[in-house]
Amino acid sequence: MNTQSDAIRESPLESPAIAVISPSRRMYWSVRRELWENRSLYIAPIAVAALFIVGYLISTIRLVSKIHAGLALNPLQQQEALERPYNFAAVFIMGTTFIVAVFYCLDALHGERRDRSILFWKSLPVSDLTTVLSKATIPLVVLPLLTFAITVVTQWIMLLLSSVILLASGLSVATLWIHLPLFQMSVMLLYHLLAFHSLWFAPLFGWLLLVSAWARRVPFLWAVLPPIAIAVVEKIAFNTSHFASMLARRFSGGGQSAGFTPGEMSMVPLTQLGLGKFLVSPGLWAGLLVAAAFLAAAAQLRRSREPI
Amino acid sequence: MACIEAHGLRKAFGPKIALDGINLRVEEGRILGIIGPNGAGKTTALNAILGLAPYQGQLKVLGRDPWTQRDQLMCDVSFIADVAVLPRWMKVSQALDYVAGVHPRFDRAKAESFLARTTISHTSKVRELSKGMVAQLHLALVMAIDAKLLVLDEPTLGLDILYRKQFYDSLLNDYFDRSRTIILTTHQVEEIEHVLTDVMFIHRGQIVFNSSIEELESRYLEVTVRPDQIAAARALKPMYEREVLGRSILMFDHVDRQQLAALGEVRTAGIADLFVAVIGNQAGQKQGGAR
Repeated sequence: MNTQSDAIRESPLESPAIAVISPSRRMYWSVRRELWENRSLYIAPIAVAALFIVGYLISTIRLVSKIHAGLALNPLQQQEALERPYNFAAVFIMGTTFIVAVFYCLDALHGERRDRSILFWKSLPVSDLTTVLSKATIPLVVLPLLTFAITVVTQWIMLLLSSVILLASGLSVATLWIHLPLFQMSVMLLYHLLAFHSLWFAPLFGWLLLVSAWARRVPFLWAVLPPIAIAVVEKIAFNTSHFASMLARRFSGGGQSAGFTPGEMSMVPLTQLGLGKFLVSPGLWAGLLVAAAFLAAAAQLRRSREPI
Repeated sequence: MACIEAHGLRKAFGPKIALDGINLRVEEGRILGIIGPNGAGKTTALNAILGLAPYQGQLKVLGRDPWTQRDQLMCDVSFIADVAVLPRWMKVSQALDYVAGVHPRFDRAKAESFLARTTISHTSKVRELSKGMVAQLHLALVMAIDAKLLVLDEPTLGLDILYRKQFYDSLLNDYFDRSRTIILTTHQVEEIEHVLTDVMFIHRGQIVFNSSIEELESRYLEVTVRPDQIAAARALKPMYEREVLGRSILMFDHVDRQQLAALGEVRTAGIADLFVAVIGNQAGQKQGGAR
């Protein structure tokens, strides 16, 4: 009786004049909040890109003599020599954002408990799942796209710089512009970032977020030691190393599944990327399932975790 | 509708019982002060009400289950857990942007007008603000939310007396409007005494006292008894007796004011003194029982 009359009285009060905030808007603001808090997410790769450009500028002193030497090489070697610094730039920036992503994840759900700000976040109508997903969005979506944008801009700056220097030396830029498949390289890069850094590594980032939600202290050790312990125990108990080789496959084998490794990415024509093969590989989907389970567990943990 | 309704609310941390099956009903439009010694279960009770921790027993806040529906509940409930929880990296303008972005009942203009009365600049980061300013900022954010229930757990901890007074003044003058409910806990009992409509004492996970302020004022009287009247006063069964500067002060429950006036100077018992009387008696009984 009582509950019924309460419900009737309650319902007209609930709806009017209250702006409805959609889940996607909460998600948007939560992701923005992460970018406000963790400015190193974009400062670190931009700084590395800037450093790389400075280094490249210095190396262009020898560019003219290198071009002359390069003319003696066969076309394939020529192209490889041309592409090398551009691939280096991509690898450096990707490596930086990967490290940034790892440390971001380890701190994401730990830092807010350490500084007690979790009590402020929880006083707002944002669910734990939304918060965890917004934090997972950073390594899975934001950082790959950011890496892509920064790398492409860096590579274009490098191309323009070397063109200016060649022109100033009275040389033709035709070889450079014809033999450097920058557009193709960008497509490869984007594919590599989304397939490898985002989808293939998703369970890694999920695991780091889970540890971050769980650990009271030193999340880095909690993230690293249990897998090592499992591998060691397995080795001692059964004299096998399935777990260790599974982890090794995850870290290295992704390259094969995704069709290439970063160093040789431009060598593979677009048609041979193996996108179809990658999308149907059981390793990908098993990894994504594991990642989803880790994130769900992290959301559950965040619900009951108190400030440290 | 009751704002908060709890039956047999229980919470244990291992062998330690933090909440021992409390029953609680808080009506709309009240300002309830929860008072208790450290570790009495105040924060545990508030955490359960705010959906920050799981519990056993029945609990409904504004008709919702706080543990499973915290995010929806937070549309109608605001809380300040303690003054130090605003993230230190955040700029004031970012705090306003974010709350406006996720909270359907946040009135940004209202928050801005509260802030305009302070010296807080929009471009400052929280880490650059003094403790008092952080409290002002948090209060400005919370008061701009049109919530039905506001929970304040030691909101003025570590603030100086000037800020504490300002804090409660703006809470009463700018926020409270009889349709909202406020629950607060503090150690500075005297400072919130004039603010409250209801008071509750928690001790060892149980509610040992629960009363409205009107009832409290009519029921509990303190008499500074003249030395020659002390025997007569004790005959009226005081609930508590203490000595201040060599004079006996006795506290009575439900004794006629006229009758007491004959014994000495009568005044309404303060919450702090009542707290000592109630908890002191409890502790005495517990010890007596143990022996």
